[in-house]
Amino acid sequence: MAFVAFGSQAPTKEQGPSKTGRVALFLLLPGLFYLALFFITPLVSLIITSLKAPSATGAIGRYDLGLEFGNYVYAVTQYAPQIFRSFSFAVLATVIALAISYPIAYFIAVKSRNRPLLKGILLTLVVAPFFISFLLRTFAWKQIFSNDSLVVNVLKDIGIFGADSYIIGTNFAVVFGLVYNFIPFMTLPIYANLDRLDLSLVEAGSDLYASPSKTFRKITLPLSLPGVISGTLLTFIPISGDYVVASRDFLGGPDTAMIGNVVEANFLRIQDYPTASAISVMLMATIVVLVSAYVRRSGTDDLL
Amino acid sequence: MTRFSLGKYLLPTYVFLTFLFLMVPIGYTFVFSFNDSIKSNIIWRGFTLDNWLNVCDQADVCGAFGNSLLVAVTATTVSTVLGTMIAIALVRYRFKFRSATNLLLFLPLATPEVVMGAGLAAQFLDFGWTKGLTTVIIAHVMFTLSFVVVTVKARVATLDPALEEAGRDLYASPMQVFWKITFPLLLPGILSAAMLAFALSFDDFIITQFNSGSVDTFPKFVYTAAARGIPPEANVVGSFVFIVAIAIVIAVQVRSAMKKRKLLSK
Repeated sequence: MAFVAFGSQAPTKEQGPSKTGRVALFLLLPGLFYLALFFITPLVSLIITSLKAPSATGAIGRYDLGLEFGNYVYAVTQYAPQIFRSFSFAVLATVIALAISYPIAYFIAVKSRNRPLLKGILLTLVVAPFFISFLLRTFAWKQIFSNDSLVVNVLKDIGIFGADSYIIGTNFAVVFGLVYNFIPFMTLPIYANLDRLDLSLVEAGSDLYASPSKTFRKITLPLSLPGVISGTLLTFIPISGDYVVASRDFLGGPDTAMIGNVVEANFLRIQDYPTASAISVMLMATIVVLVSAYVRRSGTDDLL
Repeated sequence: MTRFSLGKYLLPTYVFLTFLFLMVPIGYTFVFSFNDSIKSNIIWRGFTLDNWLNVCDQADVCGAFGNSLLVAVTATTVSTVLGTMIAIALVRYRFKFRSATNLLLFLPLATPEVVMGAGLAAQFLDFGWTKGLTTVIIAHVMFTLSFVVVTVKARVATLDPALEEAGRDLYASPMQVFWKITFPLLLPGILSAAMLAFALSFDDFIITQFNSGSVDTFPKFVYTAAARGIPPEANVVGSFVFIVAIAIVIAVQVRSAMKKRKLLSK
C-alpha cells in the first residue's frame, strides 16, 4: 500500500554490481522528464502567474507578465479569514483523526496479529471507503444531517437541539466531514508501523513490572512515531487544500470557505488567475517548510 | 487486574463502533441507489430496481463514468510503465543526482492537489492548450507516478539479485533476463501499483476539475450535480464500483491465503 509512502522503510541499499550509465538513464529519464515537464514547470508557471498584472486591454481573464508583488499582499489581506480557517480546520481534524485512528491501527496490528482472517476483514473495511467516491460519501453525510433529517429531528425532540438549530453549513459539519474522509489515511501508516512492532519488547516492559499504560507510553508509542508522522502528513496536507467538504453544496456554508475554495473560485469562476496563483504558491511554500521541519526533527530520512 | 479486563472489552467495542461509523455513508449511498425518487434523491419514496436496470437513462452519468474509465485506464498504463522503470533504476543502479531524484519523486506526494491542479492549469493556459480529455490524462499520469514508484520499489527491494545473475551466467541476453526472470517476479508489485493508480485516478476530483474544461468525469459530475441534488443513478454507479473493488480485494486476499496454506502444507 503506497498510502504508507511516507513511512515505508524498505531497505534501499543498492544491490548487485555497481552498474551505471546508459541503462539507468534509459530507465530514469522518461519518467523524470515527465515530472519535470508536468510537475516542476507548472509550479514555475504558478509563480509567474502570481506576479502577472491585469491586461492593458482590460479584458477579463487576460493578464500580462509582470512583477506585481502586490498580488500577494492583496491575497493575504483579502483572504486572511479563509487562510486562518484552513489551518485551524486542518490542525483540528488531523488531531481528532489521530485520536480516532490510533486505537484502530493498534487493534488491527497488535491485537489481531494471530488472527489472519479478522485482520484481513478489518483491513478491507479500513480501505473500503476508498472504493466509493468521496464526493458521494460526503454528500451522504449532508443528507443524513440535513435540516429535516431523522438525526436532526431526533436531536430536536430530545431537546439537545433548539427548534431552529442546524448542522449543515457549520464549522462542526466541515471538521466532521474532514475527519471522516481522512481516517483511513491516518490509520493505514500507523497500522503499517505497528505491524512491525516487536512484541517481545512490550513483554520485556511488563516483565520488568511496568504497568500496561507505562509500557505503552515508554515502548509502543515512541516506536510507532514514524507511522504517526506519516499519517499526520498524509492527513494534514490534503485537508489544507481540500475544498469539497467545505463547499456550500456539501457540508459547508457561507462562512466555512477554506483556502481551496478561494483558489477554486478565483481560478475557475472569476478567472482571477494571479490571486489564485499567489494563494497556491503561499500554500505550497508553507507545506514545504512544515514538511521539511517535521521530517528533519523526527529523522525520517528515507522518504520514499 | 480489573483495568486489564475492562480494556479487553473496551477496545473491541470501540473498534466495532468506529467501523460502523465508517460504513454509514457507504450504506446510505447503496440504499438510496434503490430509491424510487422523482426529482431529487433526498426523501425515501420506496424501493425500485429501475435505477440499476436503466442507469444510462441518465445519459450524463453514463458518459461521465465512461470518461472516468478511459482516463483511468490510459493514465494507469502510462504511469505504471514509467514508474516501474524508475523503481528498478532506483534499487538496482548507482547514479549521480540520486537525492535530487528522490526529492523530485517525493514532492508530488507532499503537494496539495489544489496546487498541482492550479499549477498545471496555469501552464496549459500559458501554452495555449485547450483543456479536455488529453489534459486530464496528462495530469493523472503526473500525480499517480510517484505512488507507482513507491509501490513497485518495495517489491524490487525484496528481489534476490542472484536469480538474475544466474540467468546471465547461463548466457541469457539482458532482455531475456528481464522478461523471463525480473518481470514475472515483479508482477505482483506492478499489479498492486496499477490497481492503486487506477483507484486514485478514478476517484480524483480536484486536479481533474482544474484541467478538464468542459469534459465530465464521474466525480466531477457528482460535484456539479450536488448543487441541484445528485440523481440515484450516480449512487448506482458508485455502489457498482464499490462492489467490484471489494470483490477484487477479497479475491486477492483469498488467493494469497491459499498460497500460504499450500506453502505451509508442503
